[in-house]
Amino acid sequence: MSNVVLQVENLHTSFFTRLGEVKAVDGVSFYVREGETFGIVGESGCGKSVTGLSIMRLLPEPGGEIIEGKIILEGKNILELSKKAMRAYRGKMISMILQDPMSSLNPVYTIGDQISEAVKLHQDLPDNMVEAEVVSALRLLRIPDPEIRTKEYPFQLSGGMRQRVVGSIAMSCRPRLLIADEPTTALDATIQAQYLALFDDIQAKTNVAIIFITHDFGVVSRICDRVGVMYAGKILEAAPTRDIFKAPKHPYTKALIDSVPRLEVKDERLYSIEGQPPSMFRLPPGCRFRPRCPVAMDICGEQEPPEVKLNEDHAVSCWRVK
Amino acid sequence: MVLSVEKLKRKRRGNTRWGNIARNLGMILPALIFALLFFTAIFANLIAPYPYDETNLPQRRMPPAWVEGGSTDHFLGTDTLGRDVLSRAMFGAQVSLSVSLLAIVITAVVGTILGIMSGYMGGRVDAFIMRVVDIALAFPGLLVAILLAVSIGPGFFTVVFALSVLAWAGYARVIRGEALRLRNSDFVLQAQIVGASPFRIMLRHIFPNIMNVLIIGITLNIGTFILAEAGMSYLGIGIPPPRPSWGSMVADGRNDLDSAWWISTFPGILIGLVVLSGNFLGDWLRDKMDPRLRQL
Repeated sequence: MSNVVLQVENLHTSFFTRLGEVKAVDGVSFYVREGETFGIVGESGCGKSVTGLSIMRLLPEPGGEIIEGKIILEGKNILELSKKAMRAYRGKMISMILQDPMSSLNPVYTIGDQISEAVKLHQDLPDNMVEAEVVSALRLLRIPDPEIRTKEYPFQLSGGMRQRVVGSIAMSCRPRLLIADEPTTALDATIQAQYLALFDDIQAKTNVAIIFITHDFGVVSRICDRVGVMYAGKILEAAPTRDIFKAPKHPYTKALIDSVPRLEVKDERLYSIEGQPPSMFRLPPGCRFRPRCPVAMDICGEQEPPEVKLNEDHAVSCWRVK
Repeated sequence: MVLSVEKLKRKRRGNTRWGNIARNLGMILPALIFALLFFTAIFANLIAPYPYDETNLPQRRMPPAWVEGGSTDHFLGTDTLGRDVLSRAMFGAQVSLSVSLLAIVITAVVGTILGIMSGYMGGRVDAFIMRVVDIALAFPGLLVAILLAVSIGPGFFTVVFALSVLAWAGYARVIRGEALRLRNSDFVLQAQIVGASPFRIMLRHIFPNIMNVLIIGITLNIGTFILAEAGMSYLGIGIPPPRPSWGSMVADGRNDLDSAWWISTFPGILIGLVVLSGNFLGDWLRDKMDPRLRQL
């Protein structure tokens, strides 16, 4: 097995609000290997974006705080780094693509300016070398005519093109880990497919480890090697993508996969999960999925299920799984 | 019938050269007035017919050229000491413009720096700066200016200081609001993601995006500052005589309004004209820079 780039151990991230503590991430552990894509799937508000921001150490301030856990990047726990050292890691070692390409570029700078900013922050290069880096970053994301694009402003580009530019910025220093937070959600279906294809390409060229955050199981099946299903701040099941589609073990995973529309099934109502995710202020006792679970037992309301490892790569937290 | 956008546009705004000029008169006229004023202020030494302090007692209280008893030697007449009103108004422009421009630069720089810091850093920095702003805005400006003039003594820098010592607070508050809005924007997060430092983000990402608000604020404020300077000079706490300032010229003639109206009237008209020009220019800029007000 190739080496692990990122290992997250028992991560707890909370937001302290006037109404009390919100445990947005409540004991999450996973790892990503070199050249691998790990998907984090879940409903809105389940903590998947907060997990991403925790790894970047860019939680909204004040309020967001990492309470405990370890985030080990290339053997180093980045939670122990000073603010300044962490800045040197961002962009260089870890980078991130945000969801909305319309707002994540600074309107007053050209594309070239914005990519070269990222390059210059981490490398002391002469101007012509910086320019070469910028063009190569644009090439990596398959942006046509990169020399012309560098002189253009964000408003001159389409949404899909902007998201490629955001990708170029993220990849400009060839980081070891890329966190993609729903990068295709704001794009339409055809552009989405193109954009996803780019990830395979980037990975083949740079061997970067990718954490792909999404709510879309279709996207997961398309690009993720392994996937973690997140619910109310916890990963309930993590497994290789193929295994999870073939034999989902957790009732929540099963329900999620059943609610993906399929072409071959006709004239049937799409399955949907009853109820709402629990309030993050007041999680139910025991298993957090119990109130919506079709196969809940007595013990589910009393004790939180332990994580059961079915094999090296497949872990589930459910009392039904032995 | 082919309906082209070009045609529609032309129809709507009367897209001729004169139409263009007419529509932008609110900018062209004030800009011309300012240009003329700057020119006069800079070259006052060369173009003023008389020095500002040359008295000529036999020819005192001479009316403007077009009034009976006036002469083209003193186009706008002379004051109670026989000094040429036109020349003094030209030199007065130097004082009015230099004082208010310097004050506005200081105000804008201090206000912007503190506003961005307050909005972006938040927390204690924000709380502290905003309390100071509250205090600054609670003082009556003119009283503080009088107090300063009395305690430090009147002079160029006293006036500049008195004008800017409180005015930065207004800027800081407006800029803070903008910075606060931008702090939570995705492109600032994006800059953090690639490893930019807080200083860099404030300078390179927040500042350029509040430039339009700043420029509009400055333009709209020019009138206020010129008026404030005139007010201080009128009260005798401005630039000390014999150096003329429009405000002190108005004050000089206030006892002779019935017999020699021109001494106060011309500097008064100038003050009004400049303030109005500043406001027009500011309004025009705001309309141009605010996308919601900009039209096809």
